[in-house]
Amino acid sequence: MSTQTATPDAPPAPTPPRRAGRRSAPPPDRRGRGITSRVVVNGILAVVAVYTLMPLTWLLIASTKSYRDLFATNPFSLGDFRFLANLTALLDYNDGVFVRWLLNSLLYTVVASGLSTLISVACGYAFDKYAFRGREKWFGIVLVGVLIPSTVVQLPLYLMASELGLVNTYWAVLIPSLVNPFGVYLARVFSEGYVPGEVLEAARMDGAGEVRTFVKVALPMLAPGFVTIFLFSFTASWNNFYGALMMLNDDRLYPVNLGLYMWNQNVYQQPELYPLVIIGSLVAVVPLIVAFLCLQRFWRSGLTAGAVK
Amino acid sequence: MAAPLARPAKTPAPQVAPPPAGPAGPAVSAGPGKPGGPGTRSGQRRAVALFTIPFFALFTAVTVLPMFYAAWMSLYREESSGLGFGGTERVFAGFGNFTEALGNEAFLRSFGNIALYCALYIPAMVGGALVLALLVDSTMARARRFFQIAYFLPHAVPGLIASLIWLYLYTPGLSPITDALDALGAQWNFFGQDEAILSVVNISAWQWTGYNMIIFYAGLQAVPREVLEAATVDGAGALRTALQVKIPMIRPTVVLTLLFTCVGAIQLFDAPKLVQLRANTMGEDWSPTMFIYTAAFKGHDYGLAAASSLLLALVAGLLSFVVTKLGNRWKAS
Repeated sequence: MSTQTATPDAPPAPTPPRRAGRRSAPPPDRRGRGITSRVVVNGILAVVAVYTLMPLTWLLIASTKSYRDLFATNPFSLGDFRFLANLTALLDYNDGVFVRWLLNSLLYTVVASGLSTLISVACGYAFDKYAFRGREKWFGIVLVGVLIPSTVVQLPLYLMASELGLVNTYWAVLIPSLVNPFGVYLARVFSEGYVPGEVLEAARMDGAGEVRTFVKVALPMLAPGFVTIFLFSFTASWNNFYGALMMLNDDRLYPVNLGLYMWNQNVYQQPELYPLVIIGSLVAVVPLIVAFLCLQRFWRSGLTAGAVK
Repeated sequence: MAAPLARPAKTPAPQVAPPPAGPAGPAVSAGPGKPGGPGTRSGQRRAVALFTIPFFALFTAVTVLPMFYAAWMSLYREESSGLGFGGTERVFAGFGNFTEALGNEAFLRSFGNIALYCALYIPAMVGGALVLALLVDSTMARARRFFQIAYFLPHAVPGLIASLIWLYLYTPGLSPITDALDALGAQWNFFGQDEAILSVVNISAWQWTGYNMIIFYAGLQAVPREVLEAATVDGAGALRTALQVKIPMIRPTVVLTLLFTCVGAIQLFDAPKLVQLRANTMGEDWSPTMFIYTAAFKGHDYGLAAASSLLLALVAGLLSFVVTKLGNRWKAS
């Protein structure tokens, strides 16, 4: 595209250059305006990037400071470099409870999302590839499930879990995160796109059973969709603070975010917790950012599968 | 909950499957173009059961049953028996909890707060995401990949941790922002009575603008080149192309985003829960979910909390219905 399209709100000038040679240099005044608007556009984009990146940059710098320097020095300048000291303090605090929280988070997110994705993909695949009675009615239930706010269900779920004696156990956080109606919806869309019926037919001709066909033939073809749904489920469970706050009392069962929240509650009485909350947040966030950067193309395809067209 | 999710046209939206022919009416029938040969029907039926039952069983356990349980709980009230000794007893209250919730000033105020929050947040966030997507999509933008990653990054930060970081960024002494404002001689109290809601809006906008920008951008990328070239040939400038060609073509995406944003906004918890730690005027029942949490865990009034949950579900359902209806009308216009 030449700079001709680059002039915003330029009145439709019926000048000849439009037809004759799109690549030819535009008249000087138009080019001047093109450069101005280019600078303005990229300037706006850069300012927004500063806004989105500033908090994480501050977190990184703040994690190197002692409690005293946090309040005494300029927030964007370095004080005594105490990153490693803070990190050791974080890992040692309270017999290394933070490491336990990280492992709990891993259980609540990675393990739960893996199971949840498998359940969703199997269900979405069945919706796509098999005709069964009331299929669209059942699928309608799934779509209603997408719209039921999860926090609305959370309190009743707590009340039920407390009747069953499941409150304050791993199960209380794990089981609810196994259900992902949006994943079922996405899995059906992906199954339509990625798994041709003829391939399944061929597998059946070769004598493979339905389950074997799903595991050996369909699942590998659905791998990109699997990762996408996994990521959705993963963010949902990593973001799940409300549920954990309700269900858990024992700090040995906390996920990272609940643990940091509890530290922050005590920060008035124990200001030495400030550096721990800050470096703890950093340690919790960095693996997520790395994972998202590595898995970019999957979340991209997931976002578009759900929204485009 | 009558609002059906707008499904992408890609799904060949088959309505309720026609009842199978044949007197026996087998539950599984090989539909047109579906795989399935002789002798595999019972195998397929078993496969459908195996693949769908785990989801629906769990869905029933963690979504359907709790809703019924909440409905039942909301009809009872805990009352201390006698002089307060011997614990409490459960008394049938009819719709007492519902009338109590609807007459509760704090509960109604929490909806007012969320309404104001939506009025500030949704135009700013959706509008911002749309403008950013159009700018990145325009021919003038450089370093598109960098900007997309930079904008998306906040979404990788868990909601509570994002709120925690911003809480510190609002705290005088810790914050580079308040320092900068002081240096400029400006006064801004992030935890003030009127400012606190803006602090909450900012946390949400930081988390979601980039995410939705990526969605809109993907929609814009799917606009056929010929359409844009035709607009250029007709003499439309970049701004006119954006307003009259690009935005109308991604209307369905915008409507879906609005729907999800509304459903998310009504559940708001993490950000106000943290901001109210410093903003004393907000209170612990600022949003409906905070009210429910406080009613259940501070007031131990489970009946009231259950009734409030159901009312919130009702409002969420109505809201998604209205947004879908308005959205469909806008799409059709």
